[in-house]
Amino acid sequence: MEIERDTNHSIIYSKKARKKEERKLLGIGLIYLLPALILLIVFLFYPILKTVYFSFFVVKGGGTTEGFVGFQHYKDLIMSPEFRKSMAATFLFIIYTVPAEIIISLFLAMIASEKLKGIGFFRTIFSSTLAVSVAAGASIFLFFFDPSVGILNHFLGLIGLSGVEWLTSPTWALVSVALTTVWMHIGINFILLLGGLQNVSEELYESAKIDGAGYFQRLFKITLPMLSPTLFFVLIIGMISSFQTFGQIDILTGGGPANSTNLIVYSIYKEAFAYNNYGFASAQAIVLFLIILIVTGLQFRIGEKKVHYQ
Amino acid sequence: MILIRKTLFYVLLILSALVLFFPILYAVSASFMSPAEIFGGKVLPSSFSFDAFKEVMQSIPLLHFILVSFWMSFSIMIGQLIVCSLAAYAFVFIPFKGRNMIFYLFLSTMLIPWEATIIPNYLTILHLDWVNTIQGLVSPHIALPFGIFLLRTQFLTIPKELWESAKMDGCSRIRFYWSFALPLSKSSLSALGIYGFLKAWNEYLWPLLVTNDNSLRPVQIGLKMLISQENSTAWNQVMAAVVIILLPTLLLLFIGIKYIRKGLTAGALKG
Repeated sequence: MEIERDTNHSIIYSKKARKKEERKLLGIGLIYLLPALILLIVFLFYPILKTVYFSFFVVKGGGTTEGFVGFQHYKDLIMSPEFRKSMAATFLFIIYTVPAEIIISLFLAMIASEKLKGIGFFRTIFSSTLAVSVAAGASIFLFFFDPSVGILNHFLGLIGLSGVEWLTSPTWALVSVALTTVWMHIGINFILLLGGLQNVSEELYESAKIDGAGYFQRLFKITLPMLSPTLFFVLIIGMISSFQTFGQIDILTGGGPANSTNLIVYSIYKEAFAYNNYGFASAQAIVLFLIILIVTGLQFRIGEKKVHYQ
Repeated sequence: MILIRKTLFYVLLILSALVLFFPILYAVSASFMSPAEIFGGKVLPSSFSFDAFKEVMQSIPLLHFILVSFWMSFSIMIGQLIVCSLAAYAFVFIPFKGRNMIFYLFLSTMLIPWEATIIPNYLTILHLDWVNTIQGLVSPHIALPFGIFLLRTQFLTIPKELWESAKMDGCSRIRFYWSFALPLSKSSLSALGIYGFLKAWNEYLWPLLVTNDNSLRPVQIGLKMLISQENSTAWNQVMAAVVIILLPTLLLLFIGIKYIRKGLTAGALKG
């Protein structure tokens, strides 16, 4: 952040007058910041603190606390087979979604960064899933996965394979939700990676071409290293948005079958709003908060140090 | 050689576009089919019948849900543009003491996932008696840290000398904000506006929590209702609803893709 010079340097202030001016500036600044500040305090800072507070209490519906239980909710979480399953499913889901969506979006960004006629059309198509709402996207895939009329099993049947129990088998359900999620994340990843690719300087490519480097040599020696800050950013936001997955689950599986798709946010939602177990749900919310904190912390630490080359 | 290379890229581009866009194309196609055609696993309808669109309008108040979504998304978008630009303006043009501290406070909000705060937020709305109200749907989404950072980055590109000379001519801070800072930032404001509208239109979890009757139900929740009540038989109707829901945001994306790309890329590089 840059340091600003006193804008009225031509006038020499007495100490008192300067103090007064400073207070006035602070007042004006706060007036401009006030709407954002109030909203962030009411809807972000206060609720996260309140969630920490709730996680140490038994909380009834309506938000009345009914007795301090210390770390009991957290102990229960660690012991709960259901929560362990939820965490395991969440991490497995990250592994299913994040690498796949990055590789696919990177491929799309690379073929869309060629200077060809009509490339704008393809770029728009590749960005399009950004505009697809989670409810609409999940509904389309619910149709795809339908056991009797779903197009996926229909295609499999055409090439002589037997149908898959997309949403009804505990092993496949998480894969199906992941497939839906990957499709929906491609739009934003594509936009970010294409932006990153277009920032790589032309001259580097020109000199590499003169040196006789082929397409794949240029890809691994120039493109990917130069793209690493963007790739890292895409990795982090991909992980965060996979941790936050909710709508797809609610529409496709409702957390089932046998809790196999009960990812953490869905688990928080169910615990709080279906079972009215606000205290226990708050402890889960704090676990989510800590995970995101670590992931974002990684971005600040590694992102600043290792990945920048400029 | 160049021709082969070009052809290869066009083949890859067309194939990728078809695969990626297939779910949307198929949804459009299925919305024109009859139930029998869907059951037969057809990919294209035999005729363009608007029956599914008519039927779905009868089974749920879809138009009403769409109006609610427009009203909600528009309010969030306008609110974000005003609140974020005022905050960003303070960070860039008002050199008050402690603004770095407040800026870092704002930056730290990126560490808090919204989903971790839904329980107290829901209770706040409940206690304010804001369930099924527009302010309940809108107010938690107005202060968008990403929007503040995006506009701050943009405002930093406005030369300080412009403010100096405007001040000499007797221009007040609020007039400079309105007549110089905002007009000079049209493309960033467009990016934020489009992004905010898309996000609001597509929002799912929050409206699910704070609406429980049809009066102010956004269309995403209406779609979920349709799926649960239709018992997975009337897929042509569900797809007709999906197409209607997708249309505004896809159009907005096609029109505003230039701004979105610029805005998001700038946000990513700085943030």
